[in-house]
Formats: sequence, structure tokens, C-alpha cells
Amino acid sequence: MAEKVLMKGNEAIAEAAILAGCRHYFGYPITPQTEIAAYMAKKMPKIGGCFLQAESEVAAINMVYGVAGTGKRVMTSSSSPGISLKAEGLSYMAGSDLPCLVVNIQRGGPGLGGIQPSQADYFQATKGCGHGDYRMIVLAPSSVQEMASLTIKGFDLADKYRMTSMILADGTLGQMMEPVSLEEAVINDYDKSWAVTGTEMKRKKNLINSLSLVPEELEKLNFERYEKYKLVEENEVMYEEYMMDDAEVCVCAFGITARIAKNAIAMARAQGIKAGLIRPITLWPFPEKVLEEAADKVKGFVCVEMSMGQMIEDVKLATKCKKPVSLCNRVGGMIPSPEQVLEKIIDADKGGNE
Amino acid sequence: MVVFDKPKSLADVPLHYCPGCTHGIIHRLVAETIDELGIEGRTIGVAPVGCSVLAYNYFNCDMVEAAHGRAPAVATGLKRSDPEKHVVFTYQGDGDLASIGMAETVHAAARNENITIIFVNNAIYGMTGGQMAPTSLPGQVTQTSPYGRDTNHCGFPVKVSEMLSQLDGAGYIERVAVNNVKNVRNAKKAIKKAFQNQLDGKGFSLIEVVSTCPTNWGMTPVDALKWVEEKMIPYYPLGVYKDRDAESKEEA
Amino acid sequence: MSTKQILIAGFGGQGVLFAGKLIAYKGLIAEKQVSWLPSYGPEMRGGTANCSVIISDLPVGSPIISNPDVLVAMNLPSLKKYENDVVSGGIIIVDSSLIAEKVQRDDVTVYYVPATKMAKDEGFATLANMILMGKLMKACDYIGFDGVEAAVSKVVPPKKANLIDVNLKAIKAGYDFE
Repeated sequence: MAEKVLMKGNEAIAEAAILAGCRHYFGYPITPQTEIAAYMAKKMPKIGGCFLQAESEVAAINMVYGVAGTGKRVMTSSSSPGISLKAEGLSYMAGSDLPCLVVNIQRGGPGLGGIQPSQADYFQATKGCGHGDYRMIVLAPSSVQEMASLTIKGFDLADKYRMTSMILADGTLGQMMEPVSLEEAVINDYDKSWAVTGTEMKRKKNLINSLSLVPEELEKLNFERYEKYKLVEENEVMYEEYMMDDAEVCVCAFGITARIAKNAIAMARAQGIKAGLIRPITLWPFPEKVLEEAADKVKGFVCVEMSMGQMIEDVKLATKCKKPVSLCNRVGGMIPSPEQVLEKIIDADKGGNE
Repeated sequence: MVVFDKPKSLADVPLHYCPGCTHGIIHRLVAETIDELGIEGRTIGVAPVGCSVLAYNYFNCDMVEAAHGRAPAVATGLKRSDPEKHVVFTYQGDGDLASIGMAETVHAAARNENITIIFVNNAIYGMTGGQMAPTSLPGQVTQTSPYGRDTNHCGFPVKVSEMLSQLDGAGYIERVAVNNVKNVRNAKKAIKKAFQNQLDGKGFSLIEVVSTCPTNWGMTPVDALKWVEEKMIPYYPLGVYKDRDAESKEEA
Repeated sequence: MSTKQILIAGFGGQGVLFAGKLIAYKGLIAEKQVSWLPSYGPEMRGGTANCSVIISDLPVGSPIISNPDVLVAMNLPSLKKYENDVVSGGIIIVDSSLIAEKVQRDDVTVYYVPATKMAKDEGFATLANMILMGKLMKACDYIGFDGVEAAVSKVVPPKKANLIDVNLKAIKAGYDFE
């Protein structure tokens, strides 16, 4: 076990990326994720890596596209408005089947919004950020330690499936410090024979491309890509179950709100209410099975979100509306309190829906 | 004895370009350069969005297709992935480079990004069917300027070479044309120098090639070449706009 | 099994975040669970800055503190804003050289420390925050004084290692203040 150090969530992401072998970072300053860029600017030149501040979020994601095309690990990070700008590039990455890691340290929106924490980019992340049919693997850390471990995991999954992994966190997780232990990452060797690195006149040329003008061919590419996504859904779902063994109320929350939910669950249990938590760690693929199974056991669900209710749609779909699902939310940079969550748990325990 | 042959780095497939279009000539000049410098095995080309989107089918080196206007950013990533090995060029039209991708162009130049850009300026959007480009001439009739480009309404053309030459970061900027033999020979020299600069680590090189679009200009290929001579070149004068290397030699 | 939620609040520039880091590192060294959460954004510059530190024997749930066990107030707006949030039986530590007003509540233990003046008099004018942390270590057994040297050497950057001693001196001054 490596020595525990106190690190900000943003710094943990940056250091973990370096441990995962990432030597190229492109980004543009935006609160509350700028520590990632600052960390990379300091570290990369010292380890033979490349940090470049791009002229825009659009340029940054396209620089990522360039390095990803050469088969090397590469990342960018931003916060909500910046991710909207990257949406174009994310669609092209998907269309060209390129791996990369993108970090979104969410802030309140829409528009310029605010700079305080939010989870309102859930739809954007899980339903496809840009145009066209595609998916990103979306990882939602809930602690600074997970900011690091899921970054490493994200690079691995990106390479394994040749797709974008997104770390979906928020301003609180980015800014807070917790003890982290950072270990050398295991870097798996995946086939990169598709990369453009120069033919050296030894092989046929490679092409990184998302244009396909023949409908039959483009359809085939889409179906094949979704076969790959099916494998991700079958093999890569991650979640945490907390006090679910005897739970009669299931709280569903990810990231920072899951921690608030845990406080509320402790308060509920102190009152004799059997509450538990299912925390999706992968938001896509979504942990549908465990939620559906829970629906057969509990009285109801409480979805805690810092949005107007986005993940709740997936919870309702996963549970096939077998049990009531209520929403406990704050938005705009406000954070739900454990007391607010407790109230909803009490309601759900009584069988009330809203 | 073979006196004229297809460059090795150019694929042996028919080009899709319209009759009289000068993209074919410019492709050939790029391919000849790649051959002569012996760099095909380490070259990565970036295709734009526009008529030359399918350039990725025509060059035998590794190719990447970029989003509209983003080629200089993609090229930045490709180059920085392995600066010693990779030779990276982009091939872009005027809409791609000077309109939607202007920011990427200017900043790649400002950074003195060690890449080569071939900028084909034919004063019109070709692939979408002849709309006004950022380089369309004042008064030029296009599908979206049907009464002629009115500069009071939609402003003036962008002179890319002149503009970029003002940047300290830009290493080598030259405007050439391919409307006659002499100009084609000059264009070849410029393109080759732009690649050689990259090999020598001299930084950002951009060659603006004044080109034609007989189809969307509504002209015969011959008239189009004449229009280049009479209208385009007077507005877009040919020549070297920036050559940091030569300047520093002069100073020395 | 215990948990202490500590809120340190003041103006930007008073070393609020640094003070919080010291306490967090003290917890870490004592092998407790810890979290440290700053306020962030433009308010850092000249406005109010605050920092929430949780030290616990159990894994830290929410890092956000609504009802602190300990409030360290380094300016009047912070005292006004958070005074009523402190749990009954909690602790409030006030820099009395900057805050003339008294705490209104009688269900909390209050310590008035003229930290800014003490720091000036002792010749380490920028270390009022450390004096207050010393008082915090005295007032709150769960935090305590043990391991303070190790914590200080963790938070003072290597380039400024020469400042470790003066920081310790300031902490000691606060710890001994009656």
C-alpha cells in the first residue's frame, strides 16, 4: 500500500492519469477543474510528456483526437460549458473508434450557469453528448480515491473498447481533499495496429475516419459498434450496494450525493427505518439488473440528484416502475442536505410517492 | 524510358474531382514532394471537410479525417505524439481553414506548430454546391450571394497569407497558383520547402494555393484559369509573405 | 467512535485553507478518516473564504458541513453567518483582535483569542491562523497536540521549509494561551 497523501480530487485525477501512462494533455481553463491543467502543466515537461493549453475546448478535443489516432493515451478535462463545446469532437472520436479519457467536473447550468457543483450533465454524458448514435463509458467517482482509481480504470476501458471514457464528477469532488494512496497502474497491452504512426513502408496505410457515404456501410458500422457496446454493458457495470441486505427503502445516488445519502441512511436507521443505497459507479452502462432486483424487495426508491431529475428516468426504466421512485434534488450549485434526504426516505418508507 | 509517372505516394485510383478542378494538380505536387523527400513512411496527412475530404483516399501515407476546420488542432496532436518521427500535413479548403477553422489556423501558426498546411483557396464552398466563402471576392456571385458579394452587408474577403504573416509564430507563408506551368513549378518549390522546413524543425509553414472551381464558378476550365489570372491573383497577389529563415539570414 | 466537523472561516488571504489543511493532515497522521473542502471561486479573492474539515473514526460521508462541532471565526461576517449553525455543546473560537462582538449563544464554549495582535507582537504577523489552530488543538481533545510537528512539515511546502519552526511557535503560542 502506497503512503496516503492528502490530495484534491482534481489533482488525484491528474496524477492517476500520469500513472496510467498518459503523457498528453490538452485543455482550456475553466472553473472548477483548472487544477487538473495546472498539475499537468507542472508535471508533464518533467516526465517527457506534453501539456498544451489549447485556444479553445474545440481545439483541445481535436488535439486529443490527433494523439488518440496515434494510439497513445491522451486526455482532456473541462467543466460543463466546456464539455458542450467538446461534444463535436466526442462524436468524431466515437465515429472513428478512438480511445481517450475526458473529465467533466460539473458546475451548475444551463448556459454559463454558475461555478458551484452540479450533476446536471447526466443526460449529456449518458445519452450521447454530440450527434449520432454512440455511447461513452461514464464513470462517477464518489471520493478522491475513486477520482484516481476510476481515472486509471477509465484509460484501460477506453483502450479495451476503443471508445471514450468520461469521468463525471462535480466541483465538490474536484475541490475537496481526502487521503489517497496512489499505486503504479497496471497498463494492459491492447492491440493498436489501427493507429496512424507512419506506415514505415511496411504495412498498408491506416485511416482514422468517421465519414461513410454509403448508407449500407454506415449502417453496418453502427450495428457493429453497438455489438461492442453490448459487451461493455455485459461486462463493465460497476456499482456499490450499501446496507441493502435488509433495506426497505432504496436510495439511488451517484458521486457526491451518494455520500450525503449515506449520512441520511445512518440517520434513518437510527430511527428504525431500514434504508440502503445503490450507488451506480458506471452511469453508462447503467446498473439496471441490481436495481430491478431491488425493486422486488423494497417499498420504494429515492433518487438523490443535483439536477432537476435526470438519473431518475434510468432508475424508473431499470425498475420497470414496479415501485414508486421519488426525487430529492437541489440544483444551481446547491447541495441536498442529509436532513432533506431523510425526509424523502421517511416518505418512501410510509409508501408515499411525492 | 519513363518520362512522366504517377507519384508513388499517390494512390492509383481515379480522383472524384470535377473536370478542370486544380485539386488534382495540387495533390500531385504534395505527393511528388513526399516521394522526393522519401518521407511517405513517416507522414500522416489530415483531410478536411469540403471537396478534398476524400483526399484520405488519394494519399498512400497514413491519413486522418478531421472535423470541419479542426485539421490544425488534429495535426497538432498527431505531431506532438511523436515530434521526431511524424511528418504531418493538413490539406484544407477556404471554408474549412478560413471560416469555421480560423481559430485553429491562427493559433497553430501563433504556436509555430511544426506542421505543413496546404491551403487551397478557390473563393467558394465547392462540396455544398457553391456558397459564398470567406475568400469570395467582392461582387462575386454565389448561391448565397446571388446579387454578388455585397461588402456592406457581409464584409470583405480574408487574405489569409497576409494576415498570418503578421504573427511572430508563423515560420513560412507563401501564396502560389497553379493556373499555368510557371506557377505550377513555383507552387511545387513552395510546397517542397514547406515540408523541408518541417523536417528541419523550422516550424509552421502554410502554402496558400489560388485554385479554381469551374463547376461552381459556372465557367469552362479554360475560362476559370483566366478568371484566376484576371480576378483572383490581383486580389490575392502571389509571393512569399513570411520567411523567418530568410529574414534571419538577411539580418546576419 | 467519534467525528469532529470543523469549519474555519474568514477573509481570503488569512490562511483559512492552509489552517484547514494542517488540521486535516493532523487527522491523517493520527490515522483517522479525513476530508477537507474549500469554498472556491471568485469569493476567494477578498471575499469570505471557508474550509470544512471532518476528522472521524468512521469513513466520512458528506464532506459538506451544515452543523459544525467547531467554528473558527476569523472575521465578523463569518461569525455572524455560522454562529447559529454550531451544534449545541460545540466550540467557537474567535479572533478577538478582529471581532469586537461577543458570541450571543450560551450553549457553546467560546474562546476569545486576540490572534492577530499576538501574531504581530510576536513578529509573525501572517500566522494568526496558526495561533487559532493551536487554540483549537487545546480546546478539542479529539484533535489534540500530538503529531503537530509532522503535520506542519507536511503542509509547509519543501521550498519554505525554513518556516516550519515559526509555524510551530505560533501554534504553541495559541495552545498555551489562556
